[in-house]
Amino acid sequence: MKIDGARVDYIARLAQLAVTEEEKRELIGQMNSILEYVEQLNRLDTSGIEPTAQVVHTSEQNYSWRADRSRAGFSQEQSLGNGPATGSGHFKVPKVISEK
Amino acid sequence: MDFTRLTARKIKELIERGEASAVEICRAFQDRIREQNPKVRAFLHYDNDFALDQAGRIDRMKRAGEPLPELAGLPMAIKDNLLIRGLRCTCGSRNLENYVAPYNATVIDRLASAGAVFLGKANLDEYAMGSSTENSAFHPTRNPHRPDYVPGGSSGGSAAAVGADMAVAALGTDTGGSIRQPASFCGVVGMKPTYSRVSRYGMVAFGSSLDQIGPLAHGVEDVARILTVISGKDPRDATSLAVDVPDYAGGLGRPIEGLKIGMPREYRKSGISEPVRTRIEAGLKLLEDLGCHLIEVDLPHTDYAIATYYVIAMAEASSNLARYDGVRYGLRIPGQGDLSSMYRETRDAGFGAEVKRRIMLGTFVLSSGYYDAYYLKAQQVRTLIKRDFEAAFQKVDLLISPTSPTPPFRLGEKTADPLAMYLSDIFTITANLVGIPGISLPCGLTPDGMPVGIQLLGKHFDEQVVLNTAHAFELAGGFAP
Repeated sequence: MKIDGARVDYIARLAQLAVTEEEKRELIGQMNSILEYVEQLNRLDTSGIEPTAQVVHTSEQNYSWRADRSRAGFSQEQSLGNGPATGSGHFKVPKVISEK
Repeated sequence: MDFTRLTARKIKELIERGEASAVEICRAFQDRIREQNPKVRAFLHYDNDFALDQAGRIDRMKRAGEPLPELAGLPMAIKDNLLIRGLRCTCGSRNLENYVAPYNATVIDRLASAGAVFLGKANLDEYAMGSSTENSAFHPTRNPHRPDYVPGGSSGGSAAAVGADMAVAALGTDTGGSIRQPASFCGVVGMKPTYSRVSRYGMVAFGSSLDQIGPLAHGVEDVARILTVISGKDPRDATSLAVDVPDYAGGLGRPIEGLKIGMPREYRKSGISEPVRTRIEAGLKLLEDLGCHLIEVDLPHTDYAIATYYVIAMAEASSNLARYDGVRYGLRIPGQGDLSSMYRETRDAGFGAEVKRRIMLGTFVLSSGYYDAYYLKAQQVRTLIKRDFEAAFQKVDLLISPTSPTPPFRLGEKTADPLAMYLSDIFTITANLVGIPGISLPCGLTPDGMPVGIQLLGKHFDEQVVLNTAHAFELAGGFAP
């Protein structure tokens, strides 16, 4: 079994998710059953096989280029428009630097 | 006048001849939505004034004697993960419940220039993650054929809106079948174009190497018309390619005699249900009668496709969804006054169970010590699957299969077992892994009266052959609108 309670806690911390005890129990079962299914990939010998990260941009003629010039973007007002907490032209966040 | 079963061409003609104004057509569909949407629940939200304003612009062009654009007055449903400036874009998530789009997606700009009218935003599985639209944080959508059945997903709202005649056409997005499977479940046509054919600028990202935007409609001709409008290079999406965009609708109607269509041998053992098998066999016969050659082909890595797909899709999702941190947009829960608890509690309250599950699994397969075993392995198997398709397309022009191994299932039938839900994506996910175009089109009904969809897959950028074959099929089968 790849996933136990401690592993769920560790991954949740990496993913910045809060997980309740009940969710944890459910996730242990579901994640293990999905990963067990995924493990059938190990039946294939893939030594020397190149990984595919994307499928169509395979040669230089397909690359996208554009001139390196500054362009108009969103106004400050637009950028802050959906911010859950803003003020003085900034996004507000809890204090990050500790006082010590 | 009957405003149902219309097509883009008929709507443009009605307006050109002065038989109906764009505003009248728009109002007729808004009435239809008021009547049908409480039952089907295909739309999450709509802004009637916004749509009437768009329609009014078409009528002013007509009065001024200007030539009307290609999609003049076409009433469309837009999946709620595509941005329309000034309207909310929720992605079916509590997290973005009050998010107002500050700009237009490129597909929206292009459709608006072509005269389309946006009736409203269609329901979806949260962040497009699901196959039934039951993962929407707001409410599930019902199948327009039977309300206790799912419409498919994740573009279930888009497909149900067209299926219930609340819109003439729709846009969806397809990461693993999310246009084609709901099209199949709702008895409409839906197409996923080649990866990079359509700009993804302004589409909320899920799996960036898999996502594509595409059209849904009653018939192939409208799908072709819309595809021509939305395709092409966009400087704002570096993955969109500068490949010529043909007039797809103009290219329809050529005979398909002599076309070679491949039937993957491996798909026979993929648990195709009896009512689906019966309809698909009738569909194959129809293609033979039209002069196509049906040839058996091998896709030897079929058994590994679902595992490969879910590892890659979840990894990309966990990375894409890291942006929802409660800082720049979306929900924020203050937590205990520190940044870390704000992140965790915001994301806990904002995401539903399936989204959390995928973020957790995606984070796991990318984490130190597991990356090679899961993520890299899946990318290598993706190469093998791609090679399978390249070899098959040496022998045939198109591949054919059911869109889904089963007809629509009941609401709640698969929600308890995420893996069972994933397994129903077997025929659609490979097109996303390989990046090829695919279409689902109606292929008759089961004895219970539920729609069955048949899927055609083509080579990269070979949309015209896919569409032309689909068009010949729907005409011969009596499925065209």
